[in-house]
Amino acid sequence: MTSAAAKPSPPSGGRGLGEGGAQGAYAHDTGYNFAYLDESTKRMIRRAILKGVAIPGHQVPFGSREMPLPYGWGTGGIQVTASILGPSDVLKVIDQGADDTTNAVSIRAFFRRVAGVATTERTAEATVIQTRHRIPERQLTEGQILVYQVPMPEPLFRLEARVAETKRMHALADYGLMHVKLYEDIARHGHIATSYNYPVMVDGRYLMSPSPIPAFDNPKMDRMPALQLFGAGREKRIYAVPPYTAVRSLDFEDHPFRPIRAPHACALCGSRESYLDEVITDDRGGKIFVCSDTDYCTERQATKAAAE
Amino acid sequence: MSFALRAENLGKSFTLHLQGGVTLPVLQALELTVAPGECVALSGPSGAGKSTLMRCLYGNYGAGSGRILIRHHDASVDLATADARLVREVRRDTLGYVSQFLRVIPRVPAIEIVAEPLMARGVARDAALARAEALLTRLNLPARLHHLPPATFSGGEQQRVNLARGFAPGYPVLLLDEPTASLDAANREVVIGLIAEAKARGAAIVGIFHDAEVRDRVADRLFDVAPLHEAA
Amino acid sequence: MSPLLSARGLELRFGRIAALDGVDLDIWPGEVVAIVGESGSGKTTLLRVLSGLAAPDAGSVIFDGQDVLGMNEAARRHLMRTQWGFVHQNPRDGLRMGVSAGGNIGERLMATGARHYGNIRAAAADWLRRVEIDPERLDALPRTFSGGMQQRLQIARTLVTHPRLVFMDEPTGGLDVSVQARLLDLIRALVAELGLSVLLVTHDIAAARLLAHRILVMRHGQVVEQGLTDRVLDDPQHPYTQLLVTSVLAA
Repeated sequence: MTSAAAKPSPPSGGRGLGEGGAQGAYAHDTGYNFAYLDESTKRMIRRAILKGVAIPGHQVPFGSREMPLPYGWGTGGIQVTASILGPSDVLKVIDQGADDTTNAVSIRAFFRRVAGVATTERTAEATVIQTRHRIPERQLTEGQILVYQVPMPEPLFRLEARVAETKRMHALADYGLMHVKLYEDIARHGHIATSYNYPVMVDGRYLMSPSPIPAFDNPKMDRMPALQLFGAGREKRIYAVPPYTAVRSLDFEDHPFRPIRAPHACALCGSRESYLDEVITDDRGGKIFVCSDTDYCTERQATKAAAE
Repeated sequence: MSFALRAENLGKSFTLHLQGGVTLPVLQALELTVAPGECVALSGPSGAGKSTLMRCLYGNYGAGSGRILIRHHDASVDLATADARLVREVRRDTLGYVSQFLRVIPRVPAIEIVAEPLMARGVARDAALARAEALLTRLNLPARLHHLPPATFSGGEQQRVNLARGFAPGYPVLLLDEPTASLDAANREVVIGLIAEAKARGAAIVGIFHDAEVRDRVADRLFDVAPLHEAA
Repeated sequence: MSPLLSARGLELRFGRIAALDGVDLDIWPGEVVAIVGESGSGKTTLLRVLSGLAAPDAGSVIFDGQDVLGMNEAARRHLMRTQWGFVHQNPRDGLRMGVSAGGNIGERLMATGARHYGNIRAAAADWLRRVEIDPERLDALPRTFSGGMQQRLQIARTLVTHPRLVFMDEPTGGLDVSVQARLLDLIRALVAELGLSVLLVTHDIAAARLLAHRILVMRHGQVVEQGLTDRVLDDPQHPYTQLLVTSVLAA
């Protein structure tokens, strides 16, 4: 949302002023414990994370704390990040793929202040990437951790209103209902109409919400070398996908899962592979498509410029 | 001695709990043996218990005392004590009953009603329907009625469907309760022929025949069912 | 051959009321057993205990060699969506009202691993035909169906995976008399065709006579009389059965 408005900034690659590369560690505000949360809270959250890693895709309850920003702004992701951050980590925060939106900027500033860690906009340089609604285009590596902000961790939420029943369904891997939803999609629309937050099976066992990332990003979760952690602050749930874990998007044999992207090239870098945002350029209906992943786009533009 | 059906010391009474528990004895110490190929006609005034005896023999009424032995797959089964599943099996393979009235099953066509007991015994559907068709035709049921449910048929038409259903499987033991009551002369002849054929293939038949002419032509002997208060 | 379902010595008390008082029951393969009795006689409780939905104070329930009462939730649910079916009196309890007819029928198939949309849809359309609903209504929501159609849809949804044992709780309960006859006949035909075992709970003697091979009469949590359907109904022995049968004839 905010990212779309901020996107068509000068195509010269001059975005992210003053924050192009990793910024050196700041001295953290000693009025706070390192990374804001107290050590026992971090331990509690780490235990939840470890349990989540041990049971891939399973939602682990945790004692979510009040954070100095409202629910919906990534309180779950922030608590996870705060619990895993060390002084030598390099943090990247993206919102809808962009590093320069209000949410991303605020969270980055928050951790600079309370943890004094280095921050970056470069996917390759980051050790921890907190994200809302996207997975970076660049393939993540074993040394990295991707932290998702999750508004609603329960994938069966809209299908089964009773929380106790959804728990039983997970416990028994009783997921026929999720396929009923996909069946209804195809019956009504001719195809599976879910384009984001597309449900996945983790390690062939747990049905999981990938958070509201576009379905386009789902294949990146499968056997990803990086550790993926998910934090839902309001719903007080943490879950995880360990490195190299199978993550399969639900589908039918005759209606296989297809990651969808706008059939255009990025107006800035020309990419035909990346996920695109549609940006309105004037009030006469003019629009362009640009990469949602600003770091990816910037890097491609720089490479192109260097080659010319 | 070889028998197809045999009642030994059969007693039956009804206790009417809703009328102060009054007990009405109907049958007492009744002995009846029917051989294969034999047709026994029950006689006696109305109300003497002929229909009660028929229903006991079919297992529709429980026997109060005694035994009802039936030759079933080369073994002897006591219908008085057999459990429900065994009684159903005997009815499927051995024991047929043509009641006075067809119990109409909603929406099921006549031909299916007749073919159903055949298919229950494992006869292929096509063969069962062919046999049903042939019997209904022989009993002069107009072809246009074969594929209609009998709910709207006349009494005589329904009774012919009932007869076809009873004769179709070729039961070794057949109970006939007034089989010709609502039939015209021509169809009466058909039924007499069916009974004769059944006897010829060795079926034991017990019947109540109000029509003296039919009775004289099919029955090998009469079995008198006397009202108990007169006998006592 | 052995019984498909076998219950022994079932006891269940609600306070001072005995809902089940020493109930034994066998259901054999291909057998339709009706439990009749007035409201509060314990018949619905018996159905719930036999299907593992409620635990008795004492007694055992064995299905095909498996101990139903000792079974964990996962095993019981697996039975529920494979070898068992449940037809509720109120179709709203057995259908997803916000899901299309096709989705309702397809759910059990998908729950047991069907993953081919076209095949699921074809099976659903076939079952709509079998329960005499126009396959054109495949994508319609159950709330646009009449009560009788909803009940037929529930039956299709239940039978699509060919269960071996179907529990039916007053399946014709909320329907008009004319609609009841059609539904009963449909159930009768499907049960015979598929060779299903059925446990039918009803207070409708006519429905029991049409469908059941065997009847159990319940009163105050006890089976007061049982046997061949026509014998129990035509020659009832227990005072309560005589009352039940004569009440129907008088009506």
